[in-house]
Amino acid sequence: MSDAVIKCESVYKIFGVNAQKMLQEANGNVDAKTFQENGCIVGVNNASFEVAKGEMLVVMGLSGSGKSTLLRCISRLTEATGGKIFIEGQDLLQLNNKELIDLRRNKMGMVFQSFALLPHKTVVENIAFPLQIKGIKVEESISKAMEMVKLVGLGGRENYFPRELSGGQQQRVGIARSLAVEPDIWFLDEPFSALDPLIRKEMQDEFLRLQEQLKKTIMFITHDFDEALKLADRIAIMKDGLIEQLDTPAKIVLNPATEYVRKFTEEVPREKVLLIEDVMDKSTDSVGDLKVSKDEVIENVAEKILTQEKTVGVIDDKNNLIGSINPSKIINTVFGGRRNGN
Amino acid sequence: MEILKKYPKLFQWLFLLLVFFGLCFAIDVPETYKFIRGQAEFVKDPNQSTYIFLGKEVRYYAFDVFWRLPPLLGWLPIWINDSLFFLMNEWMPLEFWNEDTQEFKTRPLLLEVSRKLTFFMTFLIELIREILIGGINTIVTFTGWDWISDNPWAELPGLPWTIVTAGAVLLSYHLSGRGLALFAGLTMIYISIFGQWKPSMQTLSFILVAAPLSFMFGLGLGIAAFKNKRVEKALYPILLVMQTMPQYAVLVPAMVLFGVGDHAAVIITMVVAIPPMILLTILGLRAVPPEVIEAGKMSGCNNWQLMFKVLIPTARRDILIGVNQVIMVCFSMAVISAFIAAKGLGYNLLLALNRLDIGLALEAGLCISLIAILLDKMSLAWANKQEDYFGNLTFIQRNKNILFFVGTVIVGIVLAYIGTYLFKGTHNYLFEVPHNKGISTADFWNRGVDWIFDTFFVYIKAFNTWLIQDVLQPMRALYLRMPAIATIVLVVGAGYLIGGIRSALIVCGLTLFIALSPWWDRALVTTYMATFGVIVSCTIGFIVGTLSFQNKHTASFMLGVCDIFQTFPSFVYLIPVMMLFGITDTSVLIAVIVYATIPATRYTIEGLRSVPAGLHDAATMSGVNKFQRLTKIEFPLAFPHMMLGINQTIVFALFMVIIGAFIGTEDLGQYILKALSDKNGAGIGLTLGICVAFIALIFDNLIRSWVDKRKKHLGIA
Repeated sequence: MSDAVIKCESVYKIFGVNAQKMLQEANGNVDAKTFQENGCIVGVNNASFEVAKGEMLVVMGLSGSGKSTLLRCISRLTEATGGKIFIEGQDLLQLNNKELIDLRRNKMGMVFQSFALLPHKTVVENIAFPLQIKGIKVEESISKAMEMVKLVGLGGRENYFPRELSGGQQQRVGIARSLAVEPDIWFLDEPFSALDPLIRKEMQDEFLRLQEQLKKTIMFITHDFDEALKLADRIAIMKDGLIEQLDTPAKIVLNPATEYVRKFTEEVPREKVLLIEDVMDKSTDSVGDLKVSKDEVIENVAEKILTQEKTVGVIDDKNNLIGSINPSKIINTVFGGRRNGN
Repeated sequence: MEILKKYPKLFQWLFLLLVFFGLCFAIDVPETYKFIRGQAEFVKDPNQSTYIFLGKEVRYYAFDVFWRLPPLLGWLPIWINDSLFFLMNEWMPLEFWNEDTQEFKTRPLLLEVSRKLTFFMTFLIELIREILIGGINTIVTFTGWDWISDNPWAELPGLPWTIVTAGAVLLSYHLSGRGLALFAGLTMIYISIFGQWKPSMQTLSFILVAAPLSFMFGLGLGIAAFKNKRVEKALYPILLVMQTMPQYAVLVPAMVLFGVGDHAAVIITMVVAIPPMILLTILGLRAVPPEVIEAGKMSGCNNWQLMFKVLIPTARRDILIGVNQVIMVCFSMAVISAFIAAKGLGYNLLLALNRLDIGLALEAGLCISLIAILLDKMSLAWANKQEDYFGNLTFIQRNKNILFFVGTVIVGIVLAYIGTYLFKGTHNYLFEVPHNKGISTADFWNRGVDWIFDTFFVYIKAFNTWLIQDVLQPMRALYLRMPAIATIVLVVGAGYLIGGIRSALIVCGLTLFIALSPWWDRALVTTYMATFGVIVSCTIGFIVGTLSFQNKHTASFMLGVCDIFQTFPSFVYLIPVMMLFGITDTSVLIAVIVYATIPATRYTIEGLRSVPAGLHDAATMSGVNKFQRLTKIEFPLAFPHMMLGINQTIVFALFMVIIGAFIGTEDLGQYILKALSDKNGAGIGLTLGICVAFIALIFDNLIRSWVDKRKKHLGIA
């Protein structure tokens, strides 16, 4: 794929004194247990994937699964022990310090779980910070930062200090700061995990709205599977440093690759995740009058379909009939097919 | 056997004590042994044995090696002395240009460096001193005496006291508000009308030089240690020893290197004040959340930007607490360095104490304490002050304090000028109240002291005699009766039982150093005084702390009292005890007890406070009464923190015991004081200082190992 913005080729991160040597000896066959016996901890194990331009990849895993470590390898906050990382075709691990700083100043933005705002600067100064670091004049940076303040809906609070803001507001500042330099690549490390459930939902919606506008290439880390389903174009599920499965939300829900992934999918309300396209039949025989778009989430059209006696037609964006869906299929998808339900 | 398995530690301890007492009884006091009162190691005596090491002859009284180890390190002070002398006078002679004689002159490098440093420091102190109280030396430095005699008007006039007072008030108001401003005003007026202005400003100028320099070096070294593990590893042992070394002991080598006077005092103050600054800098930088650092990196900071725009501003509070510590150490040193002729309040205090003029000493001491409290509160307020946003204020609003100060400067100058007409022929009181023209309460205090002595003499004497004869003498005799080998076994055994083999080795090394120095007996006396002080202090501290913890307000009040007491320069404590008990060991011990009770109380309250509120509620719900809650829940959980308090208490007690040598004690401090007036004293002073530091470090190691273990056990590490 030529338009891959981020590309990882068997990236390893192993903590410990002899990490480098042990990795070489392991010859691509890294086993967490044997490494641990020798005093090394495997953070990321053989991660290979690509993120396309404008795509949002959500990395999901429980604590200690290596998801944050993976992100830090790609932002080079920690040095990967092995493998190759390409950012827009540039070999990240070969960059010298100056090139790396240049890359961060112009191409990357990052949001942190604990917000990581500078306590001695006001909201607008915090947002202008990366611009000033870049060497942009104070006034210009402040006016640019003011735009960002408005973008994240903090207008009127620009002269507050972080200590005077709520968690949700602080994270808005964090988001604005990471966007101030207009980066192409946006890293978010559990940005909403420290927030209350209600605020979290609000911020997720806000985030989707922003992404609609900005179309960044995103790597988003979370431990919340629902959050991953809600936001992701594709999800990577990690366990003990390994990527267990990397696919679209629907495919993960429908075809969990491992037992571990299946456990997550069991409780997922499928009607909220799956699209009509995912469950429709290819045949277009004897469809009724009602037509639904293939990109609709099942939940939104289920009622309409279920009131029909006939099979419902499925159309694409050009109004071509491409398949059909039976009401019983909907019932099956929502209520059946789960291990608990059987 | 059952009990043995149940309490293995208990039996190990019992066994250790058994061995210890066994050794004590098995080893008799040699007939020739007596406590050496004079400086025996310098007196020739046919009974002495000698050995030669590194070309140095060391004399000592030989005993059974089990009773007292021979002073195998006796050459160390002599060697330090000779090395210092060599470095100063012979090492690396280089050619230096001499301005006066207009020719090159050969001089050892270190001597030249010391001269240059001395000149620089003296200039700095003079400059600030002359801004505060006037003078001509600074002008002379740049021009010369001839120019001064040609232009008699050329003199820095000095600031009138009104302006300095107004400045202090405004700054306090800006930092903290009305309360502190009021306190600042009262303090400065007190200083002024009691005629302590000049010495106070001398002390202040000393601090205004020493504190910023210590801050800069401390911050720099702290950053270096934070960035580089190796620097930190190299600094750490030095920091440990410096923190526990009595300040007296550092004076002596400084005297050799820099002579006596204000400049030497500033340099030595820096040596003492830099370690806490380094520690707090490292601590503060470490406490910066890793995500903030990452955020800085992701914003594209280079190393320099990361340090000065992200790390240091985020660690601001801890670093400013370091400034507060630096100021406190400076005050403490401002008094102690009076021993090497630093001018100021400390010098007056020392003179007054030497003359037993308690009244004058009290006034000077009060002055120092007031300024110390003022600066302490100001720097703390600065540390805790949160930045405000100024962007939307006008120029006048933003700078109103500065403008106000400029106004008062003008008013002050005008007042001082009017004063020259008002007080024609006498002193210009609107400019400065001279030292002997202010109000003095010295007579009152002196009469008070006389009255106390006349009225209570019998009781004080009786108490004194009882304490010395029935408590202190037997205790001292017991300590001196310990054979060296028994002490070492006890200490090392305790180290092994508490902290394992590593702790035992460290403690063994520290103890051996003292045992092999020529001052083991003295160290025992120091330890006995400190032990007595610590036991009493801890008892008082625990009781007072526990009682005041029962009520939120009394607890906060007690902590406030501790804060204030802790700001007093340690020397000041000697004044009231000398007032009450005269010049005896009792005075020293009472000073030790008062001084060391501060940390004991503070850590008790803090420890009890640190017990989680949830546990409190849980205990209450299971129906414990107050006493049960205290003994079953709070004490066990607070105990590790309280032990750290004991650790501090020991350090404080040792400090005061050493300072107590000024009153006259027969311990290590006495020798340190002696070394001050000995031209070969540097080596002795330094070695003695290290001995005292090592006593503190032995206890420090034991207590810390225990606390770490205990905390891990309780899961609160």
